[in-house]
Amino acid sequence: MLLSIENLRKCYGTPDGSVLTVIDVPAFSLDAGQQVALCGTSGSGKTTFLNLIAGILLPDEGRIELDGCSVSETSEAGRDRLRARTIGYIFQTFNLLQGYTCIENVLLGMSFGPGADRRWASELLERVGLGRRLDHFPRQLSTGQQQRVAVARALANRPKLVLADEPTGNLDPASAAESLGLVRETCRENGAALLLVSHDRKVLGQFDNVRDLADINRAAAGPSAGEAKP
Amino acid sequence: MSLLQIVLRSLRQHLLSTVITAFSIALASGLLMSVWVVKDQARASFTGVDSGFDGVFGARGSKLQLVLNSIFHLEASPGNLSWEQYERIAADRRVATAVPIAVGDNYHGYRLVGVTTNLFEVEYREGKKYAVRDGYLFNPKKKQAVVGSFAADRLKLKLGDTFHPYHGLIFDENNQHAETYVVSGIMEPSNTPADRVIWIPIAGLQNMAGHDAETASDVSAVLVKLRSKRSGMMMNQEFNLQGDVMTFAWPIADTMSKLFNKIAPVEMVLRAVALLVALVAAGSILASIYNSMNERRREIAIMRALGARRSTVFAVVVLEASGIAALGALAGFGVYFVIMSVAAWFIRQETGIVLNPLEFQPVMAWAPLAMLGLGALAGLVPAAKAYRTDVAENLTPIS
Repeated sequence: MLLSIENLRKCYGTPDGSVLTVIDVPAFSLDAGQQVALCGTSGSGKTTFLNLIAGILLPDEGRIELDGCSVSETSEAGRDRLRARTIGYIFQTFNLLQGYTCIENVLLGMSFGPGADRRWASELLERVGLGRRLDHFPRQLSTGQQQRVAVARALANRPKLVLADEPTGNLDPASAAESLGLVRETCRENGAALLLVSHDRKVLGQFDNVRDLADINRAAAGPSAGEAKP
Repeated sequence: MSLLQIVLRSLRQHLLSTVITAFSIALASGLLMSVWVVKDQARASFTGVDSGFDGVFGARGSKLQLVLNSIFHLEASPGNLSWEQYERIAADRRVATAVPIAVGDNYHGYRLVGVTTNLFEVEYREGKKYAVRDGYLFNPKKKQAVVGSFAADRLKLKLGDTFHPYHGLIFDENNQHAETYVVSGIMEPSNTPADRVIWIPIAGLQNMAGHDAETASDVSAVLVKLRSKRSGMMMNQEFNLQGDVMTFAWPIADTMSKLFNKIAPVEMVLRAVALLVALVAAGSILASIYNSMNERRREIAIMRALGARRSTVFAVVVLEASGIAALGALAGFGVYFVIMSVAAWFIRQETGIVLNPLEFQPVMAWAPLAMLGLGALAGLVPAAKAYRTDVAENLTPIS
């Protein structure tokens, strides 16, 4: 098993002094190479859930184990290392560094992990159809092309798990379908598991394994579920 | 991609503010080096120039004025000595060489100094004597002149040229003398105040038409080389402490040191201002990076999300600040060279003292290093802000 989650809870204080539980997941798991889509409405805690798995946020309770490492118990440096080597993250807004070219964005991700490998970075960008755009800056690319750079960057360190947060949220339907296919295919080629969250039915329709976040996250299902920002 | 490459990308991304901030560092570093070098080299040059003499005899008065007038060819003469007094000095067994000089005329602001030819036998620096580059030394009995290299260059005087001297030390076109002098020689550059002087026979200056006939044999000062240091001490006792006829400026370097000691507080103020400018420049690094931190929080959060450690983003910001300081310190040498070239030109023009901007001084090492250190220190505050950046909060809106 690649990812195992037990009794995960994440709460936030609200301005009126009460405590809002955003994540309450009794159990969740993912096998190596498995591709799972999570559906959930806005405010159901999708991003928080992914951030907890990535070690960007720390849970208040519970345990997350990824590739034999306890994400919730390891040090911050350990979580940074895990993120750099084991996880690839595709953000909804792509989060490309605007001052870096396509290849530099990919190389940057590598430099925090096993080390920059220009050949592999070029190969990845070639694979996502940006072989002729290596030295272009994000502002010189279309939204779909930026998303492809984000995919290449997420796969650059040969991660065991790719987290994708609404990866097609900013794309038109045609680009979204193409892009999603690319993400799934490249993950499969690289042996990476994929955990994708989306509320787009067309996206979800492409997955065999679709889980409703409300079934996993009791906080999303309950009456207290709502928007919360850490 | 190494840490250094990340820093370089960041500097490139914020190119305008990088260049502006580095420029302010360059100005500060250049100014700091210039102030130190001008001060140190000027002191060393002024106290080091004795033109090969141990002391100067002159009329009763200020030693500093006497030295400035006779060695540096600045200032007016404090008064005259008679020819008999000169002969007595020259005949003194404690004196190895005595060279009388007479001043009081100029040619377009460059002063004429009447002198005997034995000046050209004295080593103004070890192994160096004043020498004629083109032409020959003046004939003491003729109206001939040997022009210092700098003066010749500025006045565009060549061998065989003729000129009419002007009365006084300050050029006044209404005070032209009738005598005509011929340039018999141009001197080799000596990098001393002598380069700014037009040397003529002492009798020529003493007997210039319009000068007081009664004082025609007087001299302005007598430059002496002594046989021993003890002689100087004895003569100082005899002429300065017991006597009241002449002033004996000895040793020459001491007289100039006293001048610099008097203006030491001014130098300190200049240094303090230069240091303050350096601090302000370091502050500009802090302000420049700190102000950009808000727009960079997202970038930092992205790097952290990709696996960068807090210490990495901290180091990136400190290195970025150090990088700006390093660029500035490097460019500071250019600023220094420009300032020093102008300062050296001006000082040479006004005093004949030559400063060498390329001569290594300790400040050329410590000032850039200090700017680098200040830059790194200035980077600590924004680096701490980067270190504390909350990843989740700055990464993307939470759904």
